[in-house]
Amino acid sequence: MVIDDYAVLADLASGAAFLGSGGGGDPYYSLLLAEAALARCGRFEVVSLADIADDALLAPCGWIGAPTVSVEKLPNGNEAVSGLRRLEEIMGKPIDAVLPIEIGGGNGLAPFIAAAELGIPVVDCDGMGRAFPESQMAIFNIRGLSACPSVLTAADGSLSVIETEDNVTHERIARALSVSLGGIAHMVEYPLSGAEAKAHAVPGSVSAAIAVGRAVREARARGADPFAALGKALEATGLYPHCLTLFDGKIVDLERETRGGFSVGTVTIDGFGDAGQMEIEFQNENLVATSGGRILAMVPDIITVMDRDTADTITTEKLKYGQRVKVIAAAAPGILRDAHALSFVGPRAFGMGFDYAPVESLNETETA
Amino acid sequence: MRIGVDVGGTNTDAVLIAGGRVVASTKQPTSADVSSGVTAAIGAILSDAGAAAADISAVMIGTTHFTNALVERDRLDRVGVIRLASPSGEALPPMTGWPEALVQRIEGATFLLPGGYEVDGREISPLDEVAVRAAARDCREQGIASIAVSCAFAPINAAMEEWAAAIIADVHPDAHVSLSHDIGRLGLIERENGTILNAALATLAQHVMASLERALGALGIAAPLYISQNDGTLISASEAARYPVLTMGSGPTNSMRGAAFLTGVDNGIVMDVGGTTCDIGVLANGYPRESSIAVDIGGVRTNFRMPDILAIGLGGGTRIRLDEATNGVTIGPDSVGFRLTQDAFLFGGSTLTTSDIAVAAGKARFGDPDLIPALAPALSAAILTRMADMLADGIDRMKTQSGDVTIIAVGGGHFLIDDDVKGAAQVVRPDHAAVANAVGAAIAQIGAQADRIVDYDLEPRAAALEAMRETLLARVVAAGATRETAEIVDMDEVFLSYLPGRSAQLRMKAVGSLADADGVTAVPLAEARHGH
Repeated sequence: MVIDDYAVLADLASGAAFLGSGGGGDPYYSLLLAEAALARCGRFEVVSLADIADDALLAPCGWIGAPTVSVEKLPNGNEAVSGLRRLEEIMGKPIDAVLPIEIGGGNGLAPFIAAAELGIPVVDCDGMGRAFPESQMAIFNIRGLSACPSVLTAADGSLSVIETEDNVTHERIARALSVSLGGIAHMVEYPLSGAEAKAHAVPGSVSAAIAVGRAVREARARGADPFAALGKALEATGLYPHCLTLFDGKIVDLERETRGGFSVGTVTIDGFGDAGQMEIEFQNENLVATSGGRILAMVPDIITVMDRDTADTITTEKLKYGQRVKVIAAAAPGILRDAHALSFVGPRAFGMGFDYAPVESLNETETA
Repeated sequence: MRIGVDVGGTNTDAVLIAGGRVVASTKQPTSADVSSGVTAAIGAILSDAGAAAADISAVMIGTTHFTNALVERDRLDRVGVIRLASPSGEALPPMTGWPEALVQRIEGATFLLPGGYEVDGREISPLDEVAVRAAARDCREQGIASIAVSCAFAPINAAMEEWAAAIIADVHPDAHVSLSHDIGRLGLIERENGTILNAALATLAQHVMASLERALGALGIAAPLYISQNDGTLISASEAARYPVLTMGSGPTNSMRGAAFLTGVDNGIVMDVGGTTCDIGVLANGYPRESSIAVDIGGVRTNFRMPDILAIGLGGGTRIRLDEATNGVTIGPDSVGFRLTQDAFLFGGSTLTTSDIAVAAGKARFGDPDLIPALAPALSAAILTRMADMLADGIDRMKTQSGDVTIIAVGGGHFLIDDDVKGAAQVVRPDHAAVANAVGAAIAQIGAQADRIVDYDLEPRAAALEAMRETLLARVVAAGATRETAEIVDMDEVFLSYLPGRSAQLRMKAVGSLADADGVTAVPLAEARHGH
């Protein structure tokens, strides 16, 4: 697939924003960068996993840090290319293609800019099927691959190569580096072969994001319900089999701060009519949605706050007092929901004292 | 008695309000110099009501002048932009994503200079005084007299922007400087965009405000002059001269609040039909529904709080073209605008407009119906159906519930909306519908805002929020608002991790409607701010 059209980029940004579960960085700023790259390079090439040679070298990449920082401290523009170049030196061979470490948010678009600079394609897959706050939550760690060697670069031109024995230590070091660099940095990590990507990556997530974004845009253009179109498009991807509206209301409190390299906080939404309140806790991404003492959705299922009229995604750094929103939940891809994966990306991996329950069973009465 | 004025692109409307009622209203053509149109409009209502200049307690003016200037890319200053953030941000230089024509019109010189803060208050790089000085000199030599300064994390620390402003004032004393921390909150691109727009309007804003003050002076009115802001509250004319961008959304806000005031309807859809467009907005509990997401102004992304408006290209001056070969009809999107009274058939012109069609169909009575060419009944019916479909489609796109809603039809072209327009449970057409905008300006909201740094380790967050909430609500009530309408409309919290403890800058804004639209002198937000 070739992307040579701004509308398709905008669809990707919109679909990726939804899949980010509130995180993954501001999709608008990434879209501006991607548009500039498209204007410079003329086209982006997206290849499917099946078309990648087994011995190809693939580099997942994206931004690490707090989204609240990413809206003020913008990229210099050299971060991704210098990181990828250094990885090639370390590996002693050229990188054949890049992929988003996470499809969610601005990170779903980030590799396109680097790929255009290097003249290589983006693979239609990613490492998370959504966005997660920490690097070791990638499917590649869940499946036992190493994040290293990884290369972290920042706007000031600094570059660090990280080599660790395990991926949790890798995340800890990368996070500390990102904090000392001001809270945002670019990272190339989990270098892997074509064969490994075919075995482990979340397949088709780039084209899924484009399809979801397109469905919402087209629904809006013909005056149809964009939320219905969103649900239908998600289910049609085969990756996200359920989608439902959890809540509808107005934001009445927002406590959000940048701490430990993340943006963390809680948003409180007052329901219309007698619907009570919903609270959503977030760490870069929305993690748990609770209403009236009942949990209605939890990580790794996707929880996204959207403008209740336009169905535009409102990422956690863009939440504001008074916004009128709908909270939409979608089932995570199946590969994130088995017991082994949940030990990496389920609620207990975030220090919460309860086990995972799928969003569709938590809302059985509502969906029946 | 108070006066509300709406200075639109086509007409200048004025109303005189006394005892909570509209006692006089007028519609006059907008003049190129703004002031003579305002003088004529205010003069007309004073003489209609037999009122004296000394009876006037306040004049509130809302204007779309700045929005029009931006949309028409006319009367704008060339802007020098100094961004303090390098090496960060160089991949997204100022005006990225702007419409090319607007960039060409206002881009003067751009300087990406070292500076800016990290989230924890450290400097990204130190401010380079020599480089700022050179940039200011460069602007002076190029004849650029309006400068926008943005700085990474300026809402957390404004010191570098203030320092840059002082350097510019030293090197280029005639320059008008707009600082990003005065204009917006976190989100560098949107805040910088708003700052550049503000800078582009600097000269025009000074001229317009001076000419409005001159107009009042000529009429002998000594009462204070206030300008409507985006959210329906007021600022002084001198503040509006410095921050014109803060007034750009006031047109729709005023027309929607005016519509609510004139009808007593608090929930519904307001359709304001002007000469060129029909602006459709949703009234929720007496307030315009705001856009949750970024707002485009003239194609530029900003993050101001603004009403959510759908503008469709159907107004009283919209042109209608007939293709006799195919029997086809094209409606708009262009309009004859203020030339309606010369160009339309019913005024002796030779252009077919929506007004000609509506008058011929008996929906309104003005001009000379005998001058309108006779159309085949089927053709005329087809045009009317098409217009009704455009309006119905707009209603459908803006309403959030299924089922029909109350429509309030206002503006000079409100006759284009049929009583049985699809989607309407009822169409309400208040007296003075044509001047709802000016009424909205006159009944401006009482606003109060506060801003303080709180250490949540010393004062629990919930208690700090509640205390600020109660103080602000009490303040708007004390200033004349009713308790039922007073509400917190904005809350913003920025954690300042460079301060000890868990410190945050907490900002809140409350607004309320006047208990009696005439009983109390409006308190502009600026005074309330200083009174804190």
